[in-house]
Amino acid sequence: MSVLIYVELDNGSIKKTSLEAVAYGAKVAEKTGGQAVVLALGKADASELEKAGAYGAAKVLHAANARLEHENSLAYADALVQAAAQEGSKVIILSKSGLGDAMAARAAAKLKAGIVSGVTALPETDGGFKVTRAIFTGKAFATTEIKSDIKVLVVRKNAIEIDEAALGSGSVALEAFQPTLRDSDFTASVVSVEKADSELSLTEAEIIVSGGRGMKGPEHWQPLIDLAKALGAATGCSKPVSDLDWRPHHEHIGQTGIKVAPNLYIACGISGAIQHLAGVNGSKCIVVINKDPEAPFFKAADYGIVGDVFEILPKLTEAAKSLK
Amino acid sequence: MKILVCITNVPDTTAKISFTDNDTRLNKAGVQFIIGPYDDYALARGVELKEQLGGTLTVLHVGEADAEPQIRKALAIGADDAIRVNADPQDSYFVAAQIAHIAGQASYDLILMGRESIDYNSGVVHGLVGEMLGIPSYSPVMKLDLDGSTATITREIDGGKEVLKAPLPLVLGCQEPIAEWKIPNMRGIMTARTKPLNVVEPVSVDDMTVPQRYKLPAPKGACKIIPASEAETLIRLLQTEAKVL
Repeated sequence: MSVLIYVELDNGSIKKTSLEAVAYGAKVAEKTGGQAVVLALGKADASELEKAGAYGAAKVLHAANARLEHENSLAYADALVQAAAQEGSKVIILSKSGLGDAMAARAAAKLKAGIVSGVTALPETDGGFKVTRAIFTGKAFATTEIKSDIKVLVVRKNAIEIDEAALGSGSVALEAFQPTLRDSDFTASVVSVEKADSELSLTEAEIIVSGGRGMKGPEHWQPLIDLAKALGAATGCSKPVSDLDWRPHHEHIGQTGIKVAPNLYIACGISGAIQHLAGVNGSKCIVVINKDPEAPFFKAADYGIVGDVFEILPKLTEAAKSLK
Repeated sequence: MKILVCITNVPDTTAKISFTDNDTRLNKAGVQFIIGPYDDYALARGVELKEQLGGTLTVLHVGEADAEPQIRKALAIGADDAIRVNADPQDSYFVAAQIAHIAGQASYDLILMGRESIDYNSGVVHGLVGEMLGIPSYSPVMKLDLDGSTATITREIDGGKEVLKAPLPLVLGCQEPIAEWKIPNMRGIMTARTKPLNVVEPVSVDDMTVPQRYKLPAPKGACKIIPASEAETLIRLLQTEAKVL
């Protein structure tokens, strides 16, 4: 019996949300007996894979097959199911993302397993196996019992508190893994991939500075970018800004954009339409800067400043720089 | 071209959510229901493709009779016919099994749906359906073009986008800006009344997951307002008080 955790890789490193999933999986393994086994697919440095040990993994299975270097949810789900069979895994854990959901779904169908996506806390294992997840775009939570023998969980960011300072150097066994790949999983050809260079991912970011129509145009974005740089933050935007092409679509945060859960979300010139709030209500702390004291976003904020963003942002940037 | 579009019937984005029966059921009283916003994108693109290439578009919903106004709206927007699987679905696996069963009885070139529903937000039904049917599934799809039996798909990935070419049949989870939402016109509303809406009973599926209880998040505390003249003190508060820096 083991808990299998799939980790997403980014340029050979394990993504932070996946390391959280490893810590989550290790806790589930403690509760249910057995060990936490990690699966990594594609190119990865051994030193990076060993990090999983500090988060509680006992073993890392690594498939370095060149065909797995490019993200392919179909082939990855196949590999995940094969790893689960090899390890006798009864619980399979992935982190919440487009890839995580796609892999989890296909794996659950192959295994005839119950699947719960958007899990926000460790399972209750006293009498059944129950997990809590966010529903109605964070406006409520559901506790669900998984009745199937094999269980597939897709875990949201911050589902488990990790004290990074207290992490040890936990030893982990690295093991080569060679899944059987099916040509039917490779019928799609990749025409192109466009990724913003060295840009912090919104789903991974601990801090996000986001702008709305109050920024008055794409040419006025620099003060927001300066604050983001000073804080080591990712930048986001509201739907109208993305619709107006002021910022790229992949920065759009909200109900029909990306849903984020950073430690700190700073909203600049965003009034706080309910659709935008739906994308940020997983944030630990929300700061709102808006010249309109009646902006609905203030009701959802922890801290607020009523005033002109173009006067306030440089002050915050200077103060943030002095932190270092 | 044979297209199946799966739609959800969900509380409006602005609906106040509450629960009833000891927090075991959604309280539907006073809640306005709509077609899921992501499904609306899928439907709009499906209608465009049907108009461009010819063929048929069937809309499918797994749910109870109270969803029929939304199904009729989909017919008014341009679907040719509709199927409702008469059930009160409790989990994604059940919904996917119903869709796969219906789709398995006909050869659809494209099965479109939203990237996720806005009630349960799982985002896994397209993947489940794809695997159950043994065909590829991709999500979230921002752009979709067809050339014969090949689809060109633009998919959002972390921090960017990816363009794929894939042979049909496919299951796709859609999102903006794949198409502009369509508003039914008067002619569409009138013709929708006469289009077939077939109600079928669900196939039996083992309970994979069973909802136990629901709860609302703890109420948010008051917002601490910092004077604009002292804006820089915010950074100190975020470090010392909120402990997020």
